[in-house]
Amino acid sequence: MRTLLLAAAVIVAAPAAAHRFWMVPSATTVAGEDGWVTVDGAISNDLFYPDHQPMRAAPAVVQPDGTEGKVENFAVGKYRATFDLHLTQRGTYKLAQVNDGLMGSYTLNGTEQRIPRGTSAAGFQLPAGATGAKLTEMSSRSELFVTSGAPSEGALKPTGRGLELVPVTHPNDLVAGEPATFRFTADGKPATQLAVTMIAGGGRYREAVGEMALKTDAKGEVTVKWPGAGMYWMNASAQGASSKPGVGRRMAYTAVVEVLPS
Amino acid sequence: MIVKHRFLLAGSALVASPAAAQTMDVTVTVPRLPVAEYHKPYVGIWIEGPDRKAKTLSAWYDVDNAKGEGEKWLVDVRQWWRASGRALDLPLNGVSGATRGPGPQKLSYTPRQLGQLAPGQYTLLVEAAREVGGREVVRVPFSWPPKPGQTASASGRTELGTVTASFRR
Repeated sequence: MRTLLLAAAVIVAAPAAAHRFWMVPSATTVAGEDGWVTVDGAISNDLFYPDHQPMRAAPAVVQPDGTEGKVENFAVGKYRATFDLHLTQRGTYKLAQVNDGLMGSYTLNGTEQRIPRGTSAAGFQLPAGATGAKLTEMSSRSELFVTSGAPSEGALKPTGRGLELVPVTHPNDLVAGEPATFRFTADGKPATQLAVTMIAGGGRYREAVGEMALKTDAKGEVTVKWPGAGMYWMNASAQGASSKPGVGRRMAYTAVVEVLPS
Repeated sequence: MIVKHRFLLAGSALVASPAAAQTMDVTVTVPRLPVAEYHKPYVGIWIEGPDRKAKTLSAWYDVDNAKGEGEKWLVDVRQWWRASGRALDLPLNGVSGATRGPGPQKLSYTPRQLGQLAPGQYTLLVEAAREVGGREVVRVPFSWPPKPGQTASASGRTELGTVTASFRR
């Protein structure tokens, strides 16, 4: 818990230097009637080498028909977690690690009180006599897409909460040499002028990080020209307005996408 | 299976113009490769027309795999998989076939298999992907309807040899 809060605090202070959360699968595209992929989940500096903290909780799964699924064999190691996804339906699965809630602290009777994890902003009331409240309503979402057969859209409907990716180009239909367009929404509305970062994996064997800094247009869209095939880490964060007065609002989005050779 | 039969029959009903009813003979040369571990390649053979729509003619893979895992590796035939394979309900009669070894492999596609083709520029694509090996695509452009005796060919460099298409009534 403490680690998570600290990590989140670092994101607030300096997004570019934050540890990076990722889920990397053995494949993003599978064929056959009984597909399986195995996935590593971790928080690391270097992409995609687990060198810092494992993913702590299994992600939510949205199946191609829009219903909730589950991962199997979730296990947490020293530096990474692993799990399997059994693709029993044809189409695109969305895996999402979502953290949504109120963070921060206040002082009551001279003692600093931290907001417990899992507190929802809507139901929260500062106790009488609380002072020095520093509260942020945080929505962070980290995603991975895996497709059995042809890509589908059923699992990709945005929830309208936090920063989300709305595919223009399908995230499991990315090919080197073809530009891809993604739309971002913040609480369901187009996220304009949003800074989006893309970094290719395999950084250990490069001199430069080679990050691509993009900015969404008036429609909330960015178009990416992939420098080559590979796994890419995508990240954006934004501030917005909380429905509660005096409360900050932060949103973050992360995804790992695979660009296949043409 | 019954459904697939019906699909093929429905396709045949679309062949309206006898003028364009030509058979395409294709020779795909699978090269003999001096490697320590050789497996016959998975191969996708398809045509793309002026509208870039793909029509699969053949898919060679481990169709008789005991565990039904032959289809699993079809994603490695990447371009074919994306253009057409992923939308198919395999195995497909007249399309799915066993892998083939080194040498010239002769195939014939009847007007019924080709379906009704609008006049224009087409490409025959052959893509091979080999287990613990490489991948290569060979493109053979041709025009439709073909001129009598028309042939077209192109050669691969690594995973495929010469691919030739010729046409006859």
